[in-house]
Amino acid sequence: MHEISVKITINQKDYERNIQPNTLLVDFLREELGLTGTHVGCDTSQCGACMVLHNKSAIKSCSILVAQLNKQEITTIENLQKDNELHPMQNAFRNNHGLQCGFCTPGMIMSAISLVNENSNPSEKDIRKYLEGNLCRCTGYQNIIKSIEEGAKDMKEPRITNV
Amino acid sequence: MYNFNFHSPGTLDEAINLYNNSEDPKFLAGGMTLLASMKQRLISPSDLIDLRNISNLSEVSLNDKVLKIGSLCSHFKLSRNEIINDKIKNLAKLADGIGDPAVRKMGTIGGSIANSDPAADWPAAILALKSQIITNSRIISNKDFFTGMFETLLEDNEIITSIEIEIPDYFNYKKLPNPASRYAIVGVAIAKYGNNVNVAISGASHTPFIAETISDYLSNNFSNDFPEKTIAKDDLNEDIHASAEYRVNLIDVLTKQIINES
Ligand SMILES: Cc1cc2nc3c(=O)[nH]c(=O)nc-3n(C[C@H](O)[C@H](O)[C@H](O)COP(=O)(O)OP(=O)(O)OC[C@H]3O[C@@H](n4cnc5c(N)ncnc54)[C@H](O)[C@@H]3O)c2cc1C
Ligand code: FES
Ligand code: FES
Repeated sequence: MHEISVKITINQKDYERNIQPNTLLVDFLREELGLTGTHVGCDTSQCGACMVLHNKSAIKSCSILVAQLNKQEITTIENLQKDNELHPMQNAFRNNHGLQCGFCTPGMIMSAISLVNENSNPSEKDIRKYLEGNLCRCTGYQNIIKSIEEGAKDMKEPRITNV
Repeated sequence: MYNFNFHSPGTLDEAINLYNNSEDPKFLAGGMTLLASMKQRLISPSDLIDLRNISNLSEVSLNDKVLKIGSLCSHFKLSRNEIINDKIKNLAKLADGIGDPAVRKMGTIGGSIANSDPAADWPAAILALKSQIITNSRIISNKDFFTGMFETLLEDNEIITSIEIEIPDYFNYKKLPNPASRYAIVGVAIAKYGNNVNVAISGASHTPFIAETISDYLSNNFSNDFPEKTIAKDDLNEDIHASAEYRVNLIDVLTKQIINES
């Protein structure tokens, strides 16, 4: 099989690499770049632990090849924090106890940001519908919904919420 | 996932050439079905030919009463498309009910109908609506296209370029989704052109099909008193999600819901 050369921008950094064609984005992030914030929770494209942003939208990094993303841009959970300040959505998860074990959390946060990028004022129903591709085995979702409601407001009107 | 060679052609001709010169190739659209099956090692193509860099395959246009949808349009794009929301609103709603937001961002209408999953949503709509599937080499009528479970009339090296749909007077689609995947346990699509009514069913059998008796009745009298349980239960799927008998009943229930809403 022939290696291919790809250019890809991840968290605002440009990479040019020769890769095996069967390299999934999530494996590239975790194994090649050491960005282990993006998780793998299933083998069937259903859990959403692997969500990253592509053109401001959440996609499942376990179900796309790096080869399909030549000359494109990806943002992972590691790039949300700015100048030691959590992103408003991360902060909202912390404030609202939106996580327990934390395995699903990076994917939840990427989906939540993607939702707010599409709909800056989501209702509880909008949030629940948007999370159809994200599974959580711990929280029962209630506090995740609360976190996203607060995070959506804070993304519009940032305020200092650090405890 | 086994390894393969990867190609991203810029034109249809190039894509077909690559296909004809490879050992055991597959076209790749959104990858939501193909990559998932490759990860599980259900298939191992020698070459993947990415269709997403071919121009003109992801446009939506309206020409008089005919809606033309490029095969590489994502479910998300179609759910938000202005022409579709204006002319066949419930078709946009169908697109918005596929899988989850991330699946809708990547998955395409062409991939969905080429894959011909018996539980997929687009095939029922395409079958109910007056429509045709345009490929690189010919035009296929919707009635001939779906030939079986995961089977279509497409040749191996044939690429769907667009789908043409005649705007109906009324269209709706309802499904009982599997709570995990959102695929249809049963889905019912109804399209009405004047007095002519087509009722197409997904999820219930090995391939989407037209419910003939219900369609005939509704063509004469578009009301809720159509004869019930007209689909033989022996023809329907029976699995962990639902018994065949339950599916027979769901077809009637979803049909009534659509009529009540119309
Ligand atoms: C978690 C999950 C939930 C889902 N839920 C639903 C659901 O509720 N309802 C539903 O209908 N679907 C559902 N799907 C399937 C989804 O809609 C896929 O997008 C679709 O079945 C395949 O489209 P694709 O563009 O991803 O095609 P791919 O996976 O890239 O390709 C699928 C097949 O079609 C062929 N192909 C693709 N494009 C063309 C073309 N233009 N011409 C010829 N052949 C082509 C490929 O060679 C391949 O064999 C779900 C998928 C996942 C992962
Ligand atoms: S790892 Fe489960 S959806 Fe990607
Ligand atoms: S917090 Fe444990 S899976 Fe969601």
